[in-house]
Amino acid sequence: MKKVMMGNHAISHGATLARVQVIAAYPITPQTQVVELLSEIVADGKLKAEFIKVESEHSAMAACIGASSAGARAFTATSAQGLALMHELLHWAAGARLPIVMADINRAMAPPWTIWTDQNDSLSQRDTGWMQFYCQSNQEVLDSVIMAYKVAEKVLMPVMIVLDAFSLSHTYEIVDLPDQALVDKYLPPFDYKYKLNVSDPHTYGGLTTPDWYMEFRVKMQEAMEQALGVIKKEAVEFEKAFGRRYDPVEPYMVEDADIVLVTSGTAASTARFAVDQMRQKGKKVGNLRMRLLRPFPFADVREHLKNAKKVIVVDRNISYGYHGIWAQEVKSALYGHSKVPVFNFIAGLGGRDIFPETFVNIVNQVKKMKRPDQELYWVEVKR
Amino acid sequence: MKPTLPLEELMSPGHLACQGCGAGIAMRTTLKALGHDTIFTFPACCWTVIDGPFPYSCLEVPLLHMAFEATAATASGIKAAMNALGKDKTTICGWAGDGGTFDIGLQALSGAAERNDDIFYFCYDNEAYMNTGIQRSGATPYGAWTTTTPVKHFKKELKKSIDDIVAAHKVPYQATASVAYPEDLYKKLLKAKDIRGFKFIHIIAPCPPGWKARPEDTVKLARLAVQTGIFPVFEVDGGKYVQTMKTPNRKPVLDYLKLQGRFKHLQESDVADIQKMVDTRYAELEKRFQGC
Repeated sequence: MKKVMMGNHAISHGATLARVQVIAAYPITPQTQVVELLSEIVADGKLKAEFIKVESEHSAMAACIGASSAGARAFTATSAQGLALMHELLHWAAGARLPIVMADINRAMAPPWTIWTDQNDSLSQRDTGWMQFYCQSNQEVLDSVIMAYKVAEKVLMPVMIVLDAFSLSHTYEIVDLPDQALVDKYLPPFDYKYKLNVSDPHTYGGLTTPDWYMEFRVKMQEAMEQALGVIKKEAVEFEKAFGRRYDPVEPYMVEDADIVLVTSGTAASTARFAVDQMRQKGKKVGNLRMRLLRPFPFADVREHLKNAKKVIVVDRNISYGYHGIWAQEVKSALYGHSKVPVFNFIAGLGGRDIFPETFVNIVNQVKKMKRPDQELYWVEVKR
Repeated sequence: MKPTLPLEELMSPGHLACQGCGAGIAMRTTLKALGHDTIFTFPACCWTVIDGPFPYSCLEVPLLHMAFEATAATASGIKAAMNALGKDKTTICGWAGDGGTFDIGLQALSGAAERNDDIFYFCYDNEAYMNTGIQRSGATPYGAWTTTTPVKHFKKELKKSIDDIVAAHKVPYQATASVAYPEDLYKKLLKAKDIRGFKFIHIIAPCPPGWKARPEDTVKLARLAVQTGIFPVFEVDGGKYVQTMKTPNRKPVLDYLKLQGRFKHLQESDVADIQKMVDTRYAELEKRFQGC
């Protein structure tokens, strides 16, 4: 059934279709509609779930950890400061190997106070052990919630669904709501092997000496490596079930492109529009959209950038004193495999719009250069 | 002689508690009352260590270790999951020390109490951050030495009244208890187990290394804490205050203080001050006992 809905409601419908059993959430702009709609769905009895209206995001994640440890499918959603407040427990959820799914609506970090989008909130959580799926449409958001549980429950690692504030969260698009029966077939109920069980009592997360701690970490890395394969397989399975496909990266006209723009989130669809415009003028430009941050799709990135003469990573984020975070990732994937120069542009922080012309200007600027003469280039900033 | 508590032990020997640990006695008694159909979550606290290092555990019930400030919210999450999975009979308990309750975990505790989540929240109170090496907490009493309130600058602030804070949430049941009176704790837990909603149990649990007391004095100190009126033992059942361990002839606080090295530096005038503080607090509580 097709419906017009905002990105936030696509999350709520995705969680409902995934039959989540425990939701714990705290309100933060621009996430609020996610939990408002879910609380209504639960109160109406349309989803058999417990909704804990916690007093902070830290407690939201704590409750999800408790619920998931007891064997329930747990869900939450947050943004920016809320995600940062959860930080300690993001490590905990991953370290405890819990298949929790959370939506993060990318909002820039304060100060100064802001509610608009950029990716520094989620990218700051890069090393917590969460998989991160960056979405560019409301359909992808809904589908990703369902797919995320499938992947998370297979490898026992949590997943963060990431979408831009306002340009996705509050933007209305046509979304195909899959049939519940189809979703149930794709995503059966989950029986957590290691759940808290009074008939078979175990202790989880207890004090671990240097004799054993490292072995837990090896297993997490192995799970993440396995996850990449699972995500690729699930892209195929999901397409079989629902007719839509989501790969770790999404190439657009990269095969013959001299210049490839690497982007993520909604900026990717803007970049594609710009690519179309530039192609009409005979410029050989392509776009590579990054969907996965973790596990990082090294091989896909290398494969799709192998023909490029120049790579431009446009980051809606920054690691102060270094450069854009996606640029770091892409450079690291290419190191030793390619000599292609990588240009890094920082654009759209704090929700500043990124227009098609933004990408056209970036490409024109890069065309004049053989290789980068700066670590990063700011886009459209007042000086 | 007829035993006053069940003989079955759900806490095995081989745990890592210090000699004379009050927190160990608190858990042992609690498990006798709550039984096998119980799940615990612990934050960082002495019990993180007492339970035993991976892969060992001294408890015969499931246990989820959790972050310091997260006890109540974690218990709420476990409870919600058990409800969703149709196992709503299982008793869910958060079990935290005083630091995890009075200080860093207070927000989550308040949240769960306000929501009236159907969980037990236990605070075993040894009156300082003992697991990290005796630093002062909001539960450390006036006059006490700790490593962050050294003798020259002993603690000048009153112990935070956590029971009043919880009572302000109007929870269905709350109680204080002392490890010197296991039957009292046992009885309270049997009663509270059948009450739906938030239950708060605050247990005074002497810590010989932290209190600079003799391990063999733990029970004596836990008894004196009650008998001097320093730690009144009562319950608030549906808003009704009942003093469950009566203390008609309260002993002087000095009897309690003098057994502990953490109070060794106090002058007579300090002890008199403490006596006054305890008298004031006790009188305040007595009004509530009589009012009901």
